[in-house]
Amino acid sequence: MLSEMLAKLWQNGILQLGIWETLYMTLLSTLFAYIIGLPLGLLLVVTDSEGIRPIKWLNRTVGIIVNAFRSIPFIILMVAMLPVAKFVVGSSLGNRAMIVTLVIAAAPYVARMVESSIKEVDAGVIEAAKAMGTPAFTIVWKVLIPEAKPSLIIGSVISMVTVLGYSAMAGTIGGGGLGQIAITYGYQKYNDDIVWICVALTIIIVQIIQELGTALAHRTDKRIRK
Amino acid sequence: MIEIKNLNKTYKTKDRDIVALDGIDLEIHDGEIFGIIGLSGAGKSTLVRCINLLERPTSGDVVLDGRSLMSLSRRELLTVRRNIGMIFQSFNLFEQRSVLRNITYPLEIAGEKKSLSEVRARELLALVGLSEREKFYPAQLSGGQKQRVAIARALATRPKYLLCDEATSALDPNTTSQILSLLRDINRTLGVTIVIITHEMKVIDRICDRVAVIDRSRIAEVGAVSEIFAHPRSEIARELILPRSPLTEKKIGSRRLRIIFDGEESARPVLSQLILECQTPVNIMFADTKDIDGRAFGQIIVQLPEDENQAQRVVGWLNSNNMKYEEVGV
Repeated sequence: MLSEMLAKLWQNGILQLGIWETLYMTLLSTLFAYIIGLPLGLLLVVTDSEGIRPIKWLNRTVGIIVNAFRSIPFIILMVAMLPVAKFVVGSSLGNRAMIVTLVIAAAPYVARMVESSIKEVDAGVIEAAKAMGTPAFTIVWKVLIPEAKPSLIIGSVISMVTVLGYSAMAGTIGGGGLGQIAITYGYQKYNDDIVWICVALTIIIVQIIQELGTALAHRTDKRIRK
Repeated sequence: MIEIKNLNKTYKTKDRDIVALDGIDLEIHDGEIFGIIGLSGAGKSTLVRCINLLERPTSGDVVLDGRSLMSLSRRELLTVRRNIGMIFQSFNLFEQRSVLRNITYPLEIAGEKKSLSEVRARELLALVGLSEREKFYPAQLSGGQKQRVAIARALATRPKYLLCDEATSALDPNTTSQILSLLRDINRTLGVTIVIITHEMKVIDRICDRVAVIDRSRIAEVGAVSEIFAHPRSEIARELILPRSPLTEKKIGSRRLRIIFDGEESARPVLSQLILECQTPVNIMFADTKDIDGRAFGQIIVQLPEDENQAQRVVGWLNSNNMKYEEVGV
């Protein structure tokens, strides 16, 4: 049933390389997206009118920027950000350039995920921390993040799966990974089985990320009686 | 001493201003248990939050041991708050921290060494009777246990004051009673001044020395609990003290008296004596008395006999026996 092409891809190690590229693009992009998105998300919560240090103009400004980036469809944002990628990594092609565009697309998404996780922290707990004389920055560090940890982990899994989806699209403009294999060897050469193999592999990767993430969140959550 | 001076708090909304506190003046003395009672929405929660400036008053001041809190910088205020413990209706424990680490939290914030914090936390756990539970997480505790941990956490920095915001309102009567006893012990043994916010007269009655009755954003009445309990002057105080059971709401037509027990010897069967000596039955409409160290506290509402002479005999008996009573509106 399976085409010669597929066997060839496997023998040449292209498929294995694709899996590896997808994984490392996803992981690295998510990591960088959090380095930018986590502080942004925290900033959104802290400066909110109900937050621990309301700063209206800053909250509005960050909110508008985040929304602007979130409203651009990824396929368009990706192309638009290629010059930025070129500026940052010196090339607008290849996986490194794709990681730059992925981070730009994912960071605002991550900021909103972080914001919603942190907002789940009970207002009463924050009030108690204030009543005990906790400075604002310490509340973020010692209360908000630790109390929201399980939710933050779940959020990061969702973000990672989204980034993985984006990374497949990056295959159309010069990124590597399973998306590129599906397009170049599958779609463009009429090998349906290669497309389906890529789909199956993607599903398996997503499942593994999801299971590991959920298990980790569950393990760290002390609200669950064990 | 906590002095609350002409405190006002107004919340601005789009179309109108909502007055939460209106010209509150109060003095809370060192070493006492001070109650603030009111119906929900009266402003008592806002008032307690103004004491440690969790809510910033619109005008007026809170003076703590001679220091005006309104004039403090943000950083100074943080330090002052370490001298004012606070517990809440919903406990507000850190869910992701163990019992021990909940209690060490305020010490961590104050920059205390970890080993010393833990020693202190264990001391407090012993005080609240939860030494066995230090490795537990809040989700594994009952409501009463959670409040005990919250009390231990509030006391970690050895505060002079403890604010309790409806601290027993989420607990069953039995647990409420235990928590109130614990608070009284803390007041007596550690000398912590306690401010208790509640909507339940029984909480005030049980442990408070003095009480402020708050009604529609204003103080209606302040005084010793026994005094207000025996002679409530304000409408709201009467409403909070007098039971509103369906029975007392019914208009029966005959006179009713509220007999007040304010430390009479509890072994004395007052009502039986009254009935035997007056040779007349009285109908008990409501009774709520308790025995504290051999003394009776509380109230009994009786319905006098229809016959005017018999009724007068009962009143006469109460007078000659020095019982406190008052006529309750028919």
